[in-house]
Amino acid sequence: MELKEKLIASFMAFENTVDLNSPIHDIRSEAIKTFENHGFPTKKDEAWKYTSLNSILKHNYSVFPKHENTIAFNDVKKYFIHDIDSYKIVFIDGKYSSYLSQTTHDGIDVCLMSAALTKPKYRPIIENYFNTIASKDGLIALNTAFSQEGAYIYIGKNKSVDKPVQILHFSTGVEAALLLQPRNLIIVDQNSHLQIIERHQSLTDNPVLTNSVTEIFADKRAIVDYYKIQNDNENASLIDNTFIDQKQESVVSVHTFSFGGKLTRNNLNFYQYGERIESTLKGVTILGNKQHVDHHTLVRHTEPNCESHQDYKGIFGDAATGVFNGKIIVNKEAQKTNAYQANNNILLSDKASINTKPQLEIFADDVKCSHGCTIGQLDESAMFYMRSRGIPEKEAKALLMYAFSNNVLESVKIPELKQRINKIIATKLGVNIGFDL
Amino acid sequence: MNKYTEDDLREELKTKEYEYGFYTDIESDTLPIGLNEDIVRAISAKKEEPEWMTQWRLESFRVWQSMVEPEWANIQYDKPDFQAISYYSAPNKKPKYNSIDEVDPELLDTFKKLGISLDEQKKLAGVAMDVVVDSVSVATTFKKTLSEKGIIFCSISEAIKEHPDLVKKYMGTVVPKTDNFYAALNSAVFSDGSFCYIPKGVKCPMELSTYFRINQAGTGQFERTLVIADEDSYVSYLEGCTAPSRDENQLHAAVVELIALDNAEIKYSTVQNWYPGNAEGKGGVYNFVTKRGLCEKNAKISWTQVETGSAITWKYPSCVLKGDNSVGEFYSIAVTNNFQQADTGTKMIHLGKNTKSTIISKGISAGKSQNSYRGLVKISPNADNARNFSQCDSLLMGNECGAHTFPYIEAKNKSAKIEHEATTSKIGEDQIFYCNQRGIDTEKAIALIVNGFSKDVLNKLPMEFAVEAQKLLEISLEGSVG
Repeated sequence: MELKEKLIASFMAFENTVDLNSPIHDIRSEAIKTFENHGFPTKKDEAWKYTSLNSILKHNYSVFPKHENTIAFNDVKKYFIHDIDSYKIVFIDGKYSSYLSQTTHDGIDVCLMSAALTKPKYRPIIENYFNTIASKDGLIALNTAFSQEGAYIYIGKNKSVDKPVQILHFSTGVEAALLLQPRNLIIVDQNSHLQIIERHQSLTDNPVLTNSVTEIFADKRAIVDYYKIQNDNENASLIDNTFIDQKQESVVSVHTFSFGGKLTRNNLNFYQYGERIESTLKGVTILGNKQHVDHHTLVRHTEPNCESHQDYKGIFGDAATGVFNGKIIVNKEAQKTNAYQANNNILLSDKASINTKPQLEIFADDVKCSHGCTIGQLDESAMFYMRSRGIPEKEAKALLMYAFSNNVLESVKIPELKQRINKIIATKLGVNIGFDL
Repeated sequence: MNKYTEDDLREELKTKEYEYGFYTDIESDTLPIGLNEDIVRAISAKKEEPEWMTQWRLESFRVWQSMVEPEWANIQYDKPDFQAISYYSAPNKKPKYNSIDEVDPELLDTFKKLGISLDEQKKLAGVAMDVVVDSVSVATTFKKTLSEKGIIFCSISEAIKEHPDLVKKYMGTVVPKTDNFYAALNSAVFSDGSFCYIPKGVKCPMELSTYFRINQAGTGQFERTLVIADEDSYVSYLEGCTAPSRDENQLHAAVVELIALDNAEIKYSTVQNWYPGNAEGKGGVYNFVTKRGLCEKNAKISWTQVETGSAITWKYPSCVLKGDNSVGEFYSIAVTNNFQQADTGTKMIHLGKNTKSTIISKGISAGKSQNSYRGLVKISPNADNARNFSQCDSLLMGNECGAHTFPYIEAKNKSAKIEHEATTSKIGEDQIFYCNQRGIDTEKAIALIVNGFSKDVLNKLPMEFAVEAQKLLEISLEGSVG
């Protein structure tokens, strides 16, 4: 049975397990219809021109894991940023793992989507925010239809959250192939501050496909820093859909570090509704083998005096493919917008390829919008300089790659996280570089 | 000091009428409207074409029937009804003229209004004119000088009769009839166009030039141009167009094929100033053009275009860099005003080693127009050391217009070096202030800035054309500010 039919059939079974009187029942039923109409995107869709899902949709994915599974903390400790205190929301095979997690309701809500969707006290918030900014295409509708679990974070006014929140998704391989559909809702009210680190990790070689949707609302003057670490093994694929709604003077940044996975697609959408907003989108991608990463960004400027900065660096070796599609839309009301977009790439092998499409759609005249995009190689004279001073080729290469990605790495605001990312890069490049960037 | 502001300029742009809007009343020999196999056969018969050409047209027509109009471009328009168009119109006084006196005086008048009257042209040094009025070539000058060098420069229908081997060998090789909807349509119904062949080792001594005019109400113009530069040759080809004011939309679907064999160089320059529609966006020419060039070893093709006219422009002059060390260039200025929409750019397909391409695109939008750059740079796995530089700049005048860029970059070779830059800006108050401070009034300042913005491309035009291009820029944008 095709995955699409299987999913539609599974929806019936899913409906029996959830409360049909819940306000989101209608949203779910409508979403499954949308999915039925649109199905999975194909290469014929302009937005999916360079990314084919065929190879990952062929598996017979389990939609609901049959068994609950547990893992010992020591086995997965290395996937946490464990040297800092943090709130943790951990899922194993899509199910909440309370003993690995550390949630709170003390002044702020760092808890679960399942609770938010079912408990009456959250109902007003769910009605106001849930599924309001997520777009209505096939994959997102599919997630909406099965939305049940994920992270729910609500930060009230004037609160600076004392420690970052880590959201981790583990899959243990209890099923031959597993489809995970986490759904996150994050609301940061006026003048508040929140940092989030998100990671998806498969612990076996069984194929996993994660279709994740996250909606983030940053109210006036809120600050949100979101870090995504994508270093999964080569049987795991991730389709990440993140939607961010920003109000006046809010500052939101999303950093995406893509080093692993079979196929990773990041749909990152910023919608600015207010003046003097800042949005930052940065990413480092280092890939080898047959890995594929597709960054698809959208920034919509609707009001005056806002800024957006995009900086994506990519290094592609072996037969890896990279895609970057960045779109900036400036509405005609959005005068004095300052939008910048850079995409720099290095190709290390003849089998690697990069497809990039930086797009600008501008309707206002008094704006500063620019984009730059380069594809090139490591500087030979720099390589020679280092090697003539006794630095081995591999290390010299690694140093240049660090330097290349440095202006993304240096804007990571959590020092321990920065160190961890440096370590992941060093491992990926097979070098041992003893310095802090 | 003259208080000329950007608002005045905008106002002027809105009201500036199309200066070259006039209509020559020449009796035309027009086929009934509609399109079917009989019409295709009739066109072929009217042009006294050999059987292989008729078959070629019919094949194209069948392909066209199975295709759908492309919708991916960033333009909105009412689709033309392809059955409501007459596919052939030729001035019916058809004899070839040997002297200028024989030419229909009304036609001569038309040329005078355009400032390119034949006698004047003849005196102009080194420009041979193949004048196309409503698709059929009626006068060719300087043919003798060219034929001495072995250069063939004639209408495509003549070439089909006189040089069938060359036409058979090259036509449809760069733009196959299956290439796209409009190319297929053109292949089926093309009425006329130019053919040019430069033999081995010959440097064409003059700029070859063709003026197109769309003249008959309700007829589409389907030009077909084929330029072949044999080994070690050089040619510079100019194409320029103006069209009369008309309320109903006119369709133009041309195909241009360039073939540069080893070490050859082709420079193809276009000034396009068809009727853009009036200030309310009514009327105007639909311009759906397929232009492509093929470079063999060490060959070079350079496209330069100044696009100021047409209600809709859909045009991507491309280079296929097949041979090693070949070079492709694209220089473009696209100006849109009122309700004009332009979706234009280029494709650079790098196949050979050490291939180079340069793209400089300048978009200027005013009024309620939409101006898009859409380009593709593709480096195939075998194209070692390919190099590309792209720059797309947009200038916006007023906040009811839009500027868009859609650059596609696909690299499959690690030695590729690709750079792409794009900026969007308006005329800065500080720039104007700087000029004012030095005694240059606002009117002149705006002209200066717009000119400076487009200079990179204007400089690439051949002398004879640069003057005309400046004129067109003035009409479509600078108004009296130039």
